Amino acid sequence: MTGAYLDYNATCIPRPAAAKAAAEVLAEGGNPSSIHASGRKARGRLESARAEIARLANARAEDVVLTSGATEANTQALSQPGVTRVLLSDIEHPSVLEAAPMAQRVPVTPAGVVDLNALRALLTGQDNSGTLVAIMAVNNETGVIQPLVEVAGIVAEAGARLHVDAVQAAGRIDLDIASLGTATLSLSGHKIGGPTGVGALVLAKGTTVSAMILGGGQERRRRGGTENLVGAVGFAAAASEVLASRDDEQSRIAALRDRLETNLATEAPNAMILGQQAPRVANTSCIALPGISAERQVIAMDLGGVQVSAGSACSSGKVAASHVLTAMGHPPEIAGTAIRVSLGWASGEADVDAFLEAYGRLAAKA
Amino acid sequence: MVSAFKCRTTPDRDWLDGRGKAPMIHDFDKPIEKTRIVAAMSGGVDSSVTAALLKERGYDVVGVTLQLYDHGAAVERKGACCAGQDIYDARNVAEQIGIPHYVLDYESRFKESVIEDFADAYARGETPIPCVKCNQTVKFRDLLDMAKDLDADALATGHYIQRAPAADHAKAQLMRAADPSKDQSYFLFATTQPQIDYLRFPLGSLDKSETRDLARRYNLPVAEKPDSQDICFVPNGSYARIVKALRPDAATPGEIVHIDGTVMGQHDGVINYTIGQRRGLGIGGREGDTDPLYVIRLAPEQARVIVGPRSALAVPRIRLTDVNWLGDTTLSSAARDIQVKIRNTMDPVAARLETTALGDVEVSFVEPLFGVAPGQACVFYDGDRVLGGGWISNRL
Repeated sequence: MTGAYLDYNATCIPRPAAAKAAAEVLAEGGNPSSIHASGRKARGRLESARAEIARLANARAEDVVLTSGATEANTQALSQPGVTRVLLSDIEHPSVLEAAPMAQRVPVTPAGVVDLNALRALLTGQDNSGTLVAIMAVNNETGVIQPLVEVAGIVAEAGARLHVDAVQAAGRIDLDIASLGTATLSLSGHKIGGPTGVGALVLAKGTTVSAMILGGGQERRRRGGTENLVGAVGFAAAASEVLASRDDEQSRIAALRDRLETNLATEAPNAMILGQQAPRVANTSCIALPGISAERQVIAMDLGGVQVSAGSACSSGKVAASHVLTAMGHPPEIAGTAIRVSLGWASGEADVDAFLEAYGRLAAKA
Repeated sequence: MVSAFKCRTTPDRDWLDGRGKAPMIHDFDKPIEKTRIVAAMSGGVDSSVTAALLKERGYDVVGVTLQLYDHGAAVERKGACCAGQDIYDARNVAEQIGIPHYVLDYESRFKESVIEDFADAYARGETPIPCVKCNQTVKFRDLLDMAKDLDADALATGHYIQRAPAADHAKAQLMRAADPSKDQSYFLFATTQPQIDYLRFPLGSLDKSETRDLARRYNLPVAEKPDSQDICFVPNGSYARIVKALRPDAATPGEIVHIDGTVMGQHDGVINYTIGQRRGLGIGGREGDTDPLYVIRLAPEQARVIVGPRSALAVPRIRLTDVNWLGDTTLSSAARDIQVKIRNTMDPVAARLETTALGDVEVSFVEPLFGVAPGQACVFYDGDRVLGGGWISNRL
């Protein structure tokens, strides 16, 4: 990618190890369901990959259902038979919000943290045997880490089931499906430096899920269709690297992000960092610049060679006001003027410098 | 084709489109490659060729498409711009010609500035032109401001109109398109001088078949896409349905009355009628009166449609509101003989333009005109030069 790439939460720059592993298996081919030798070889590669992906959530390999991505995994988790009521936080990713349009919403605090009292109130005094609660682990726009242990406690006490969208948490914070107490958890390959088009629905021990895509019986009848071997192998290679280097990588990224935010105060004193009061992952900074629309900021930065994003860009490319910031109680003057800067494994000082320079020019016009 | 663009000195005639034409003069005080131009891209063939021409010429071109209304509401609409398929097409074209491209969400601005105004005007018994409002507000105010914010030196559109640079004149001027059948100056009369200074119209010297040829030469994916027709946000040309949805009161039934006072029948809302309309009135003639009847006037305050013979449609003089004057001397300095159009599809006719002692702007036609509809524009010309225009008022 050219210029300063600061949009890792949209997609991570592919890790060379992942690209190499995926290219090798692409050249090799093989259908993991075939009985013959090349099929068995492909099966072996797929299962090794599955085991590596499972480690991202400290889960068992047999509890990983490979999907086309986290959107599919979220949809599958939310569309299970027997679910009669769904509760979602206001700051979930569209792949969760749009999978359950009739869901009840759990508000968040001004700091961007799910409101535990509100969650408890929504679950009190009901039969929750058909209730599914979905709360993300880390918000994609603010980087705010959600109090999942507390959430899981409340959900378990109420007798409901929990799903966690862990896409932005994988490789950044500890994820242990057993200690989180969630029934299901979703992961995405390309958000950690693997290929797009692959993700996983990870199940707690003992959790069962029904397939959405029926034909073929693959993935233990939990997801039909010939397995995406190339995607899985690339995803697994990225997972290995993330698991091996996480702490060093995250502290290096945290230093970059902190410098960016500190210098922002002098380069652009009118800018506001949102979600800073809550615990955040190391790589994300959500910055509002009242007076300049988010779409203009993103376009101006892009024309200046600095790639960031705003709110949730829909597939047509238009920028809508951020539903996350609105849910945190920010008025349109702030929710509509915020961009997201997200760093990753290949980010360096030069990227931060490029950002600060371009942003300073922009902020001078506000 | 001889360009109607009478540019006597050509600062830069070397830009030819491959067949000897000079679609646009470079009149910026900086080199071409350092000149940034925002190209408004609707996803249609005209604006796509505009962007491609500028890119080929070497400009720093930034493509922008406006999302103006909801996809869902417009899916049944074929050949209209700025909804889902058109955004997709614009992105493909931008990718093909190698320019950055962005989509701006102007839905709420478009609704406020264009659709609401359209509904209000219909409900007042007028025949509005939303394309002019859109050019005036969403495109040449909001998008133009955005282009300036992005440090662009100009905003280019695919309109068929010409801009004579200031080099030869006291100021940049608007001229009719070289191809009269494609001329869009009627819809651009409200363009102000500061807007003209910043805008560029690279297609103004071409005709549509040449534009298509260029689209094919550039291998643009929209080369064979049909032209957009009519009003973009109105599905299937059903204005009444949109107005009824937005202004339910405008569908009040009432009487159809002859100008001599005779009640001729009933109607189901003035919004279903247009001045000059003859067919579909749903009334018979009268005994001893075989003249066909036309809609002469709409009186929404009494929920009345006024009909009469064709002769009653003749209008010798009109008053204008919100006049945009682009002439070289002040409008009130003298009465002047010009040519005007009161519909897009007519040829300009001779008229006299003057301001009254009270400051009203009035136009007297040399020959009375038929089918003058309040809400439409009266656009001023001096030969090929566009001198501005105003909105036809319902009072005189």
